[in-house]
Amino acid sequence: MIHVRVQPDRFDAGVELARLDALGGGGVASFTGIVRGDDGLTELLLEHHSAMTLEMMQALAAEAAERWSLLGVVVIHRHGALGPGEPIVFVATAATHRGAALDACASLIDRLKTQAPFWKRETFVDGRQRWVEPRASDDAAAARWLRDGS
Amino acid sequence: MNILYFAWVRERIGTDHEEIDPPASVSDVRGLIAWLATRSPGHESALRDASCLRAAVDQKFVPLDAPIARAGEVAIFPPVTGG
Repeated sequence: MIHVRVQPDRFDAGVELARLDALGGGGVASFTGIVRGDDGLTELLLEHHSAMTLEMMQALAAEAAERWSLLGVVVIHRHGALGPGEPIVFVATAATHRGAALDACASLIDRLKTQAPFWKRETFVDGRQRWVEPRASDDAAAARWLRDGS
Repeated sequence: MNILYFAWVRERIGTDHEEIDPPASVSDVRGLIAWLATRSPGHESALRDASCLRAAVDQKFVPLDAPIARAGEVAIFPPVTGG
């Protein structure tokens, strides 16, 4: 089961996890990314290349499903204007054993950060706006999964 | 050819897309960026430093030396920051 969505609306992590729990595996791992309200941030705008995004995310999910023999994978990414404390992204994986579920989940979130066509703009309480710049540590995190034998 | 802009590239240029017909001398993405940069002060501001830019041709990520001869769509944007 591969389930990928891009949407402006909130998602219900509990509903998504229940789908994976029902697949009969031995482990379900998940990651939820949440907007931090650091430095007086009032809004995080997520822009994306809408014609590309879903296909890229589906390709990453399918690759992870094959590499770790997943029973199921759910990837949800939101776009539009989000406030502090709101969930942005959700990745969950079901596998026969915990190692595959945990590694696949970590790999997917690392690779989403560097390979899905999203851009984030921060707006602060004083009206200042700033486009988020990529961090070298994100590239290193994503590259780790390539080195580890894919 | 349909050109798409995202994030601060879009903001500086002032539009999210434009339909253009580059001259035959423009053969790759890097050349296209240099040619587009001459179109307005906003284009110049957004596109003068290609090392800050990434691209997709017909919805596939490509390096800046990728050819554009048969491209229907070229997207130009800063490095992605999703997740």
